[in-house]
Amino acid sequence: MKAKLTLLLVSIVASVAVLAGCGNDNSGGAGQEFRMNLGAEPPTLDPALMQDQVSSTVMSGLFEGLTRMENGEAVNAMAEDIAVSEDGLKYTVKIRQDAKWSNGDAVTAHDFEYSWKRTLDPNLNPPAPYAYQLYYIKGAEEYNTNAGGTVDQVGVKATDDLTLEIELKNPTPYFKSLLSFYTYYPVNKAVVSANPAWAAEADTYVSNGPFKLSSWAHSDSIDLVPFEDYYDRDSIKLEKVHFVMISDASTESNMYETDELDWSGKPTGSIPVEQLAQLIQDKNPELVSQPQASTYYYNFNNSKKPFNNAKVRKALSMAIDRQAIVDKVSKGNEVPAFAFVPPGIHGVTKDFRDEITTEYFTENADEAKKLLAEGLAEEGMTAMPEFELSYNEGGVHQPVAEAIADMWNKNLGITVKTQTVEWKVFLQNRTSLAYDVARAGWGADYNDPMTYIDMWITGGGNNDTGFSNAEYDALVKEAYSTQDQQARVDAMAKAEQILIGDNMAIMPIFYSSVNTLVKPHVKNVGIDYKGDIDYTRAYIEK
Amino acid sequence: MFRYVLRKLVNILLSLFVLATATFFLMKAIPGDPFMQEKNVPAAVRENLIKYYGFDKPLWHQYLIYLKNLLNLDLGMSMRQQYQSVVDIITRSFKYSLQLGVVAIIVSVVVGVAIGLIAALYNRKLIDRLIMLAATVGIAVPNFVLATLGQYYFANKLRWFHVAGLHGPMDYVLPTLALSVLPIAFIARLTRSTMIEVLAADYIRTAKAKGLGSLTILIRHALRNGLLPVVSYVGPMTANIITGSVVVESIFGIAGLGKFFTDSVSNRDYTLIMGITLFYAAILMASRFITDIAYAIIDPRIKISKKGG
Repeated sequence: MKAKLTLLLVSIVASVAVLAGCGNDNSGGAGQEFRMNLGAEPPTLDPALMQDQVSSTVMSGLFEGLTRMENGEAVNAMAEDIAVSEDGLKYTVKIRQDAKWSNGDAVTAHDFEYSWKRTLDPNLNPPAPYAYQLYYIKGAEEYNTNAGGTVDQVGVKATDDLTLEIELKNPTPYFKSLLSFYTYYPVNKAVVSANPAWAAEADTYVSNGPFKLSSWAHSDSIDLVPFEDYYDRDSIKLEKVHFVMISDASTESNMYETDELDWSGKPTGSIPVEQLAQLIQDKNPELVSQPQASTYYYNFNNSKKPFNNAKVRKALSMAIDRQAIVDKVSKGNEVPAFAFVPPGIHGVTKDFRDEITTEYFTENADEAKKLLAEGLAEEGMTAMPEFELSYNEGGVHQPVAEAIADMWNKNLGITVKTQTVEWKVFLQNRTSLAYDVARAGWGADYNDPMTYIDMWITGGGNNDTGFSNAEYDALVKEAYSTQDQQARVDAMAKAEQILIGDNMAIMPIFYSSVNTLVKPHVKNVGIDYKGDIDYTRAYIEK
Repeated sequence: MFRYVLRKLVNILLSLFVLATATFFLMKAIPGDPFMQEKNVPAAVRENLIKYYGFDKPLWHQYLIYLKNLLNLDLGMSMRQQYQSVVDIITRSFKYSLQLGVVAIIVSVVVGVAIGLIAALYNRKLIDRLIMLAATVGIAVPNFVLATLGQYYFANKLRWFHVAGLHGPMDYVLPTLALSVLPIAFIARLTRSTMIEVLAADYIRTAKAKGLGSLTILIRHALRNGLLPVVSYVGPMTANIITGSVVVESIFGIAGLGKFFTDSVSNRDYTLIMGITLFYAAILMASRFITDIAYAIIDPRIKISKKGG
């Protein structure tokens, strides 16, 4: 009996195991299909509520603004013609006649006016976090912030179905590229005003871009298929874009290796840190690496002793070895930074970094030691007190912080406590100046040095260092007041000299880069200066 | 029986209320809010958001509003996933976790009891020793190691399975493996030790002496008692497994409930934190409740009604 029973039990166990034995083939994407990882569920696919790269990666296929970016230049998209007044304040836009919504409606100037005013509505449910991207428009800020402005005072008006008139607050040389940004997308007035939750599911979704939303399995996957009535349909070769939402980097890497993905890494996915270092070392042909207009730096708490002293801040900044950090610690093709505005940002005719000095300071441990002593003496201190270097979880933050703390210890003889802080607590501490030195990073919002400069004005919403300098504030104002690009760049370069060269209000560490793994059969996927992906004109060649 | 059930139910509701209250205040006590991110939104925009979500009201007021909505079974809208209600998010993702969980539980119980029985029947023989060794290893190895290794060898190297997703029956194999190894090992050990005890008991000898078939003895008399500890383990385990594992779901890219336990907190998605906590608690309590009832039915020694006692 014992034997019979054992046989029975063994066969139960075996049958469960047999289930596992059946083969399974992972066939690659069929035909013109492009597959990439979003890393997470997009929080929204409504242009008014967007503020993150996951959403914008999906939306760049679904929507199109008045312009779109092509090789770094803004070209007309929904607009057929954009006329700018001499003072640079008035834009008259003709909408193309063959522009259609995915439900068949024509895209009109009214849709743009409605969309932008909806985003600015302080009582939108819920209010739009990125509404300030529209503050270039006259009256926009006053309306959005309840500062006495009304919706009728907002400088955007559809004078007929195909004409949109825009009035700006200041001359803004990069406004045409801003028009390609997602906050400036139109929405279908009839659809959106009838159903506020229109963007929550695929079947109520209406868009105007090269692709339409064919399915949205929340937290699982999103599929896009070409929109047949898109005006430039002939340029669209892909038959399907498939997004998965995998949060684990090694899972993504396994999927790429087994041909379940055509693209891995930035902007929305990730390559495991150790694996990336190996790929770079092996010069893997599928690894594509390019600079990203993004700066990795440390905030000094300018309001706290002894970090209120410029000499102390300079000493700390000069006492580290940036090349060693990018070569041995972060290991992702980063470039050491000795200024704040990263390469890839336009100056007058060339790259801003090529026109202005690239180094506001040099690394020098001996000089640093001297400066530290002087600075401490000025503050009436004899030795550098032990302080905290805080950073959030993830990425290379911890190893970089430990390396820097070590360099400070070795070169300046000071003791630094490194501390990992949970993300939101970290942000709260940074905003309320409850830190000594804290990690930070800044990526461009638009291609102009201003996106890195105006954040440091006194009391600026993103100035979480306590830095305040009247001359700096005046230079920013000066750059805002003119549309003469040379004068603007000069003012911003002077401002940067004050920020880094004179004050070292923050400590630049490195400029980031975009590292991606791309299957050889994927052609014509673009990565722009800030690391955003453009897959709309991609195709598969096997 | 009725009074027993009623008392248990009242206890469950009270516990849920206490839990909701504690979670609400603890969650609000941690620094940060849903709108904070690397790039700060302007103060005025922030104000609009704070007003919209009612965070400008005193905490007790916010709490009363939450309780009122809760009584109407309204868990609110997610603050992270725009235009997605907490109920929708939970229902949608629970579907995945439940499907995977049920498979994992069935596999755990069937395989666990089976190998536990084999070990008991071959007590102190080689088979028994091997099984117990394997079970010890199974308890010691964390599931993320199993998941990562399983994915690397069986999906990436051998290509037997998809790396991630839960779209076909085959996709269940690796996550099920990762989820059920620990419970299998645990159940096998429990089954073995109680069965060894039970098989040596007097009433089994009596049954044998009465000439009953050995299979009948094993199933009707021995197993019924031998499974009691397993039942009390399976209750809470069920609650844990069907609400999803953060680790297994993120490694296998399953759109289940698991990741929301951590994500909702790191996003400070207050409504989702509350919803998911209450949901988990309700499932846990329900499973304990069912375990208690099941125990009473299986174990003749437990008397439910006072009259009978």
